[in-house]
Amino acid sequence: MLSGKGGTGKTFVSVNLAVTAKNAICIDCDVEEPNGRLFLKPEESVTEEVYTKLPQVLEEKCIGCRKCVDSCRFNAMGFIKNSPLVFPEVCHSCGACSLLCPTGAIYELKRPIGIVERGRNKEVQVITGILNIGEASGIPVIQNALDTKITEKSIMIIDCPPGSACSVMESVQTADYCLLVVEATIFGFHNFKMVYELVSLLQKPCGVVINKGDYTYYPLINFCKENNITILCCIPYQEKLAQIGANGEVASEKDDETRMIFSTLLDKIRMEVRE
Amino acid sequence: MKKLLILSGKGGTGKTTTTAAFIDFSKADAFADCDVDAPNLHLIAGMKGSPQKTHYYGSEKAIIDDKKCVDCGVCNQNCRFQGIIRADGRYSVNPYACEGCGVCMYTCPVGAVTMEEDIAGELALYWEERLFSTAKLKMGRGNSGKLVTAVKKQLEQGHDNEELAIIDGSPGIVCPVIASISGVDMVLIVAEPSLSGISDMKRILRTAEIFQVRMAVCVNKYDTCIENTEEIKRLCQREGIPFVGCIPYDEKVSVAVNEGHSISKINCPARDALYQVYENIKVYFI
Ligand code: SF4
Ligand code: SF4
Ligand code: SF4
Ligand code: SF4
Repeated sequence: MLSGKGGTGKTFVSVNLAVTAKNAICIDCDVEEPNGRLFLKPEESVTEEVYTKLPQVLEEKCIGCRKCVDSCRFNAMGFIKNSPLVFPEVCHSCGACSLLCPTGAIYELKRPIGIVERGRNKEVQVITGILNIGEASGIPVIQNALDTKITEKSIMIIDCPPGSACSVMESVQTADYCLLVVEATIFGFHNFKMVYELVSLLQKPCGVVINKGDYTYYPLINFCKENNITILCCIPYQEKLAQIGANGEVASEKDDETRMIFSTLLDKIRMEVRE
Repeated sequence: MKKLLILSGKGGTGKTTTTAAFIDFSKADAFADCDVDAPNLHLIAGMKGSPQKTHYYGSEKAIIDDKKCVDCGVCNQNCRFQGIIRADGRYSVNPYACEGCGVCMYTCPVGAVTMEEDIAGELALYWEERLFSTAKLKMGRGNSGKLVTAVKKQLEQGHDNEELAIIDGSPGIVCPVIASISGVDMVLIVAEPSLSGISDMKRILRTAEIFQVRMAVCVNKYDTCIENTEEIKRLCQREGIPFVGCIPYDEKVSVAVNEGHSISKINCPARDALYQVYENIKVYFI
């Protein structure tokens, strides 16, 4: 599940699809703002801490050769008073410094950067990656969340972060099919084109869901036609949906019309994937 | 130059619409779009002419020389970012995963790996009667924080005596946001009255707190859920953050935006409410 920007209703579509599919795993990779759990309200959750590695210098072993400082390409190390110092906020945990230290003076500590929560809502397995505030990269948390076993019969729904940056790549790589959720506005269209570029670059089959499609935005429709992209469905803006969403409830559990929309959508996706 | 940054947890809360309207209200002649992953402000900022564009080199990427490589796989074993791919027994670099750490180059026994500068995006600068700095990150590149810093540097270029600069921030809480916040004088958070909107807002407040910048909050589409709007107001009161106004849901907003202009030019309730927000925030800011 992808969208070029936030607020297009990507989480709304993910959550409702998961509930409709029943036997589903819903993974929220939007680790900076994981909101799926606010709707799915998972029970019996277990949380697992996600770590990254942080180099530490053993001063008694260090001979002050500066090899570590010079090899760090992220300027995450400085040389202060004849001994190397690591700046944790910039360190990418690449391991170059510890690999290259000639005396083995650098070892790596585990540093927690976030958690992955695993729980369930009836038949839906709800997995959420949550990044600690102030952390620079969510990728290790995303990787941990995606590292989930799937059975033949179930469908895995991955709610990606918005945008087209590296964390999205990470989530898309594993998918068999991409659903692009787009809002029928100039912004929505502009961002959609960027995500579409990413999906075609990775050669993933995809389809489009137009959300809050109150009126026909022709540039979008024409673009889809020209590029042979299937428009799977169009969900109109409805006050009742906004209300249900604002209260943290799942629309397809509350509203028959929405349930129909999503079961049709699910069937269409299944057909597309089989093709 | 005094800098006002407009932020929201998630995108789509009306951040860019707010920014564009504020630019018109304040007649600011310096502004920037720090949403380098999905820049949108240029679509409605009404700039004429074409910008001066420069490549942005974010980092380096590894390159394996086919002729020298003996396919030993040492690079693959040491790379922590799955940056090396193995296909048909041969090794190559996946530029989307490579972080440019250099470990493969350091460890390759035959010196088959070199590091090359990578074009990670493009900076654009409009500089006529008004200065507008924006940028676009290339697909799948990760160092958006640094690009945001570059956008802000462009903004400061030669325009240091400007009264007010308005910056459209990036969504989320991570590096680009941190880079957007640093050095600004005030942050306006555009919140949405939904459970997820409140949760996002709390996270962004805590991020902004770390930087000790002044903050204010407004709610967009407040009438989609009055109760949650009240909840946001109470939250602001508890935390001592100025609440500067409510903007109603207004169909005219999408119409204006889709025609490519700011809503400041259209007579509608959302514009009037935004103007009020602007007046209110001036009290705390200017
Ligand atoms: S682990 Fe990598 S990024 Fe961190 S200090 Fe060492 S060399 Fe630098
Ligand atoms: S490479 Fe090892 S010995 Fe050399 S300065 Fe760094 S920590 Fe000290
Ligand atoms: S530079 Fe670092 S991240 Fe890139 S391929 Fe080499 S080891 Fe992997
Ligand atoms: S370490 Fe060097 S020689 Fe070995 S596979 Fe990698 S590039 Fe080729």
